[in-house]
Amino acid sequence: MAATPEVTDTTFDADVMKSDLPVLVDFWAPWCGPCRMVAPIVEELGEEYAGRVSFYKMNTDENPAVPSQYGIRSIPSLLIFKGGELKGTIVGFRPKSDLRKRLEEAIA
Amino acid sequence: MSERTTAGYDIAVVGGGGAGLTAAIYGARARRRTVVFERLMTGGQIATTGLVENYPGFPKGVNGTDLAISLVQQAERFGAELRYEDVRMLKRLPGGGFRLESDEGVYRAHAVIATAGADYDKLGVPGEAELVGRGVSYCATCDAAFFQGEEVVVVGGGDAAFDEALFTTRYASKVSLVHRRETFRASALLQERVFANPRIELVRNCVVERIAGAEAVTGAELRNVATGVAFTLPVAAVFIFIGQTPNSHLLKGLVELDEGGHARVDLRMHTAVPGLFVAGDLRMAAARQLVSACGDGATAALAAEAYLAEAGIGEG
Repeated sequence: MAATPEVTDTTFDADVMKSDLPVLVDFWAPWCGPCRMVAPIVEELGEEYAGRVSFYKMNTDENPAVPSQYGIRSIPSLLIFKGGELKGTIVGFRPKSDLRKRLEEAIA
Repeated sequence: MSERTTAGYDIAVVGGGGAGLTAAIYGARARRRTVVFERLMTGGQIATTGLVENYPGFPKGVNGTDLAISLVQQAERFGAELRYEDVRMLKRLPGGGFRLESDEGVYRAHAVIATAGADYDKLGVPGEAELVGRGVSYCATCDAAFFQGEEVVVVGGGDAAFDEALFTTRYASKVSLVHRRETFRASALLQERVFANPRIELVRNCVVERIAGAEAVTGAELRNVATGVAFTLPVAAVFIFIGQTPNSHLLKGLVELDEGGHARVDLRMHTAVPGLFVAGDLRMAAARQLVSACGDGATAALAAEAYLAEAGIGEG
């Protein structure tokens, strides 16, 4: 399964805010167990939505600016952007079908 | 989601924690078509445990997430299939075997091993649901680092609360450990460590009545149950570890449950329903330890294999 590509504080504007496609960003950190367990589910969804939604993950240890800008104080957090705007926030781990539903709502 | 019935399985494991993944390893190694359904994340409770110190064979402890990922890889290596789906209905079929309905599809299995474990309880107080992700947390190992140098509350009196309180002191300037009773259920070793930690203050005989804050947690409103006195601790986070409830809704009406919702099984993890096994924290009188959950999973899978062989399923 293809690993989700990384986005950083530096590349966030180009990869997420200026993206033509809607974007889901998975905020995680290496010490966060659930984040690592959620990763394969996000990867599965990324394959399912290939060509329709871009998927990225952001390491909150290495990238303090964006998480702080969006007030993230719990991970995993999935943020969904469309046209440079935040359209949805999913905090914590949720069933895959739930993630799909929230993603659909956010990109509708 | 359109309903579909896929090809059946020999063994369907419901729950991908320690018990379920071990059952899958044994089922797959017996060359049974084995599937694991996981509603949230594999590894279950160990996935949120920083360091597992009591699993045999790891004298320095083992990271819970690493162990969970290893269990998944081991089950998949032997051919077990993993589905991130929520099984919502389990039915016995008249001719034998089971029908499982998930949020994604419908499946058949000759034997079912239920290892759905238990979920952490919520306090059920105002502010709790509203402030999840904004200071209310059920996973200190995930979120404690966001409260560097701040004061926080940990609620609970068992191993989980003590473990997480100790972990949280790596970041928080002060941890108030709030417990509704005078005494604690946590193991003696954890109690020694907590009592010796200068950053942890014990707040006994107190309950949380409300979690305050608009955009983020600003305080925990407590009441002393002995004196009735109410007071507020100004904190940035409230970590909640007050116990757990077994995920036995699938088994209701099928097997006998005790008052706590745990399933009655025999020594081979077999319920009174032929072909239906329950292992791990979901069964009655479980030790609620990773090692015993894994042991249960192995026992259940071996018993399921014997059941399938006896029923003449998949032979030759």
